[in-house]
Amino acid sequence: MLIIISIAALGGLTLLLATMLIVANKKLHVEEDPRIDIVEDMLPHANCGACGFPGCRPFAESLVNGGSLPGKCTVSSEEGRVEIAQFLGVDVGAAEKQVARLACAGGTNVARNRAQYQGLQTCQAASLVSGGGKDCFWGCLGLADCEVVCDFDAITMNGFSIPVVNEDKCTACGDCVEVCPKDLFSIQPESNRLWVACKNLDAGDEILEGCQVGCTACARCEMDAPGNLITMKNNLPVIDYSQNHNTQVPIQRCPTGAIVWLDKKKGVIKGEKSKKIIRKGERRIATT
Amino acid sequence: MLSFLSKTLKTFRHGIHPGDYKDLTRDLDIARLPFSDELTIPLSQHLGAPSRCLVKVGDKVNRGQIIAEPAGFVSIGQHAPVTGTVKAIEMKHHPSGKMVESVIITKDPFSPQTFYNEHAMEWENLSPDELISLIQHGGFVGLGGAAFPTHVKLKTPEGKNARFLIVNGVECEPYLTSDHRVMLEQSADIFLGIRILLKILGAEKFYIGIENNKPDAIALLTKNIPSDMNGEVVALQTKYPQGAEKMLIEAVLKREVPSGKLPIDVEVVVQNSGTIAGIGMMFRFGQPLIERVVTITGPGINNPANLLIPIGTPLTDVLDYCGGLKENTRQVLFGGPMMGAPQSDLDVPILKGTSGILCLTDEEVTIKEEFPCIRCLRCVDACPVYLNPSRLGALAKTRDYEGMLEYHVMDCVECGSCSYVCPSNIPLVQRFRVSKALLREKQAKAVKKSA
Repeated sequence: MLIIISIAALGGLTLLLATMLIVANKKLHVEEDPRIDIVEDMLPHANCGACGFPGCRPFAESLVNGGSLPGKCTVSSEEGRVEIAQFLGVDVGAAEKQVARLACAGGTNVARNRAQYQGLQTCQAASLVSGGGKDCFWGCLGLADCEVVCDFDAITMNGFSIPVVNEDKCTACGDCVEVCPKDLFSIQPESNRLWVACKNLDAGDEILEGCQVGCTACARCEMDAPGNLITMKNNLPVIDYSQNHNTQVPIQRCPTGAIVWLDKKKGVIKGEKSKKIIRKGERRIATT
Repeated sequence: MLSFLSKTLKTFRHGIHPGDYKDLTRDLDIARLPFSDELTIPLSQHLGAPSRCLVKVGDKVNRGQIIAEPAGFVSIGQHAPVTGTVKAIEMKHHPSGKMVESVIITKDPFSPQTFYNEHAMEWENLSPDELISLIQHGGFVGLGGAAFPTHVKLKTPEGKNARFLIVNGVECEPYLTSDHRVMLEQSADIFLGIRILLKILGAEKFYIGIENNKPDAIALLTKNIPSDMNGEVVALQTKYPQGAEKMLIEAVLKREVPSGKLPIDVEVVVQNSGTIAGIGMMFRFGQPLIERVVTITGPGINNPANLLIPIGTPLTDVLDYCGGLKENTRQVLFGGPMMGAPQSDLDVPILKGTSGILCLTDEEVTIKEEFPCIRCLRCVDACPVYLNPSRLGALAKTRDYEGMLEYHVMDCVECGSCSYVCPSNIPLVQRFRVSKALLREKQAKAVKKSA
């Protein structure tokens, strides 16, 4: 008897709750644009936030609502963006690929350390201890916070403890910009090939004692550049990328190679004058 | 007998007992360091806005003359420590590792280097606000190490009331003896300073907190308290970090400063004994804060000393005067071994907040391998602000900064007790410092965005 009562009670309860769920499902149904799911599937699922949205799903919603254009997703391949644009019947939008660029070239082969930092082996911890021990206050500390933070394996440390960005893999998500305590990374359009690889705000040849490839603020690049393409600000050349900067003239007379041309195929091209800088052999920082 | 005493002495809960190593300099009188040829005075030696420079390159300045004025309320005046000429105003390396705009003064070799405007300053008839302004323009910061402008703590906010003044003579950092020597040699200035601060605050009573490893200072100050003043010297059990403001209040008055609140919320103002002696000295003969007592100590220096050093003296000159560094010296710190800042450059200037220069050798500086946390919770027993460093350390390792916020990482005083006791050598406080810096940066960004 007891069994029958309990089965009846539970069965009744089940039926009641099931009915409530069915009613709720019908009454409270939210009509969602089915395209959102499809567009989300086309997106790379990296949830990196480079588009300015918290993740791929909110970006997909914005795409479907017409709030943004597929070009904002820097992680998708060109074809992927075109596919989304065709599906939604919109423009691809600004599709200029953006990449992270490092404004320092002072690896262990050319830059000197004033002191040896032995604490927690991250750049952020090192920068809190008397600036990190590198002679150049502005320079890269080489402890690879950016390499660790990069979700796309686009950053690798070279033999001289300087991060190298793989432009094909870089999605311009901006994580490295945020993590670098010396603010050396910035997101740049890939077509910006003329590049100042230094952030040293000091002037004069004294800085060469600390780093042989630092900018001494000699302003030769400013003089050589056509028009006012380059202006000196705070002892550093500033390139006006809105002008036609497709010229390698400014790098030629740079005595230290602080201003360089980043060639897509050949890599970093330095001016003739700076090629005679003697760089020490490959030497890794001991990771004790 | 002594062990019986220490059991009855006041102290705070938790904390650690590092060896004190003060014998190196405990009994050495304060000596004056000869003036260096060139001094660098950073315009930012304190927490708050950098001072506004008043001099130009080529200007002649007198010892004690104002060279920079406060730029706002949380800012102080700066003064020329020597008579000489302004050589340059440029960015210079600062002991914090930053580049800071500094005034560089070359010494006039023929000047007697006496304070140019010696006079006793009238204070009895001045209002508290006038006195606070005098202290601000006198360039006073907490000389214990944090370099927080003194006058800011003296300005009691509306609706709050400072009933007690606690003079911090604890000096809980191992090795350092500068406050100890100041208390022994400048007790008259300390009591004059206390009088002035009591007048500003309207406080009813003062306490001088001193740890019982300085029995001579306890005895001397107890004997010298003027009969018309209401105060007492409190002997405290030797423990680190008793010199932290909030720990000292707990030790002396058994009052706990709540999270996110200031000592004034429990009706207390704490000032360092060296700062108070400096204030007393300024009102006695007019000299602003242009020099301070620094302990140069540690196994890595040939002749340890307590020196009166003009602000801005290059570190190398100080080390040379003390016989130079030993061969196996590995690390030079500003401050004590627990919270001091290692220096990467020996040309940095001595600041107002430099309480000691500690030179450590290979034997003291060891790099230990980090092991996983074994949940022994020694760090929990040591943390003076009752945090859970074990949990925070695990969160910091996974870079979960938001999670750390929930565990109140911002209340961490960065005393380093957790790292000191950790048997697995986990760099806990180092990680917390990074996390706090990042969280502060994030908060500043959020404020900027909303504004």
